[in-house]
Amino acid sequence: MNRNMKLASRILGTYAVIYVAYLYLPVLFLPLFSFNDSIYISFPLRGWTLKWYQVMLANEALHRALMNSLKVGITTALISTVLGILGARAVTRYRLPGQKPVVGVIMLPLVVPEIILAMALLILILRLGGSLGLVSIAAGHILICVPFAMVVLMSRFEGFDRSLEEASHDLGENSWWTFWRVTFPNVLPGIVASLLLTFTISFDEFIMAFFLGSTNPTLPVFMWNQLRFPKLLPGVLALGAYILIASVFIVLLAEWFRRRNASDTQTGDMIIG
Amino acid sequence: MADAFIEIASVSKSFGNVTAVDNISLSIRKGEFFSLLGPSGCGKTTLLRILGGFEAPSTGKILIEGQDITHMPAHLRPTNMVFQNYAIFPHLNVEQNVAYGLRQQKLSREEQTEKVSAALAMVQLEGFDKRGADEMSGGQKQRVALARALIKRPKVLLLDEPLGALDKKLREEMQIELRMLQQQVGITFVFVTHDQEEALTLSDRVAVMNEGRILQQAPPRDIYERPSSREVADFIGKMNLLRGIVESIGEQVVVSSAELGSVSVNDNSQAVHPGDRVTLAVRPENLSLSDTPSTGGLPVTIAASAFWGHTTYYRINPEGVGTNTLDISQQDYRGSKNSGDQAWLCFNSSDFLLLKD
Repeated sequence: MNRNMKLASRILGTYAVIYVAYLYLPVLFLPLFSFNDSIYISFPLRGWTLKWYQVMLANEALHRALMNSLKVGITTALISTVLGILGARAVTRYRLPGQKPVVGVIMLPLVVPEIILAMALLILILRLGGSLGLVSIAAGHILICVPFAMVVLMSRFEGFDRSLEEASHDLGENSWWTFWRVTFPNVLPGIVASLLLTFTISFDEFIMAFFLGSTNPTLPVFMWNQLRFPKLLPGVLALGAYILIASVFIVLLAEWFRRRNASDTQTGDMIIG
Repeated sequence: MADAFIEIASVSKSFGNVTAVDNISLSIRKGEFFSLLGPSGCGKTTLLRILGGFEAPSTGKILIEGQDITHMPAHLRPTNMVFQNYAIFPHLNVEQNVAYGLRQQKLSREEQTEKVSAALAMVQLEGFDKRGADEMSGGQKQRVALARALIKRPKVLLLDEPLGALDKKLREEMQIELRMLQQQVGITFVFVTHDQEEALTLSDRVAVMNEGRILQQAPPRDIYERPSSREVADFIGKMNLLRGIVESIGEQVVVSSAELGSVSVNDNSQAVHPGDRVTLAVRPENLSLSDTPSTGGLPVTIAASAFWGHTTYYRINPEGVGTNTLDISQQDYRGSKNSGDQAWLCFNSSDFLLLKD
């Protein structure tokens, strides 16, 4: 290795360290200050305490907000993934008239600013005499999550050989059984990925939840409400730490599932029995 | 045909403006090994997929044992298919792949295991039950695909270029095994291939296809010895095809060609008339070379030679005809010839075929 390359690799290494620090250090300050025995964020810490965690655990409004977010997130994940499966299968398996424009329209929410979508939905729902609440939030979330589910699932459907489904038909199974015995196990990793992705998007989505929720906030809206009062800030930090731990746990779980699935090729038919 | 088992009646299939299968009618007998042979894009795979129920014909009918199955969905048909890429289910092991089609028979675990073992034994894959789909070679996958289809005891087995992905040695081995297997199970095989040698070796009858039509259907020997057109003659084996004009017809047909001058030919199965433009066809193995001028020997120059082991190919250039050449294959010609050497060409007029243009 000559001198220039050594220099270049040193610069690149430094850049990488700075980049990672920029990404994660602010996030790590969140749990750090959540242990601070003061309502103000300042160095050095005044003292160590776990009281903000206890405050948060005892907060009834927080429990409600968390339950709301889970309800909306799970509903969104299930419905947008099912719609994604149907859409992705149709797009990758059949030659449909006007396919490209239709896919384009489905993908549109990816590029339309969310605040526009949220306003449009708000006006529409109120005009139609609908009421705001968890249902309207979930509806908005499904709208923005379906394109993500489609993208994840389309690549999975495309990567899987069409003749496998034909072979299943050939061996005597109708479309329904072919889906369960061949299509589903082969796209399962995509389905899991789609469920996790759409749940995550819904779980931390703010604008829709803010516009389309009534007095029943989801977790991000609840946190935003808390932030307006300085004395509540440490509690929010503690809550943030909880969410951080939960996220890490979910990512690890997803990765474990993915690896297990990759090594154990027989999972599919075992589910069917 | 009275004993038709599969009846394909005036079947056509178009994709947009492209006609893949053009008004084909075929009868296939029970227990027959029938090959559809043709270059890629000739419609042979489309015809097979119509038989399997994966494409609906635009017009025409398909009958198996007299039953109209034209509109029967694939999963209800008495046919099974070995796909070109084998389509082994990647999430299942060998045993589960082979047993895939048995679900509806509601067998006990023992019965199913027994059936799977028998099927695996038939394709010589004993002990591979627990092997994963990605732990097998191409040849093994092909055997699994065969076992998976045959375990269903189909009336007709459809094979879409099943040997195409194998290397030459393995392919030749599988050809023999496939033929033996077919005779053992007695199931009607419809086999699609672009490999003429494969079609000739395996089949009871071959249909040569091009551009969606059937050019000729006959037993392999007839296809080889009596091709019905210039197209078939050109596609099957090596053949010298010489342009000529019919001069006169008597006991024999006299044809003049640039390469050989006037030749008297015995064959007039296609009823030619004086003045017709025709093709003189002769196999390389029916021509021979001699070192000395003999009666009727034509002086030629060796243009190139290639040693093939069991035979030697010579490309020769008859004197005074420009650059036109003929190919000769000779097994017992000891006098090794190099390009530029002189020799004399001998042939027998009964070995020539006369094909109308």
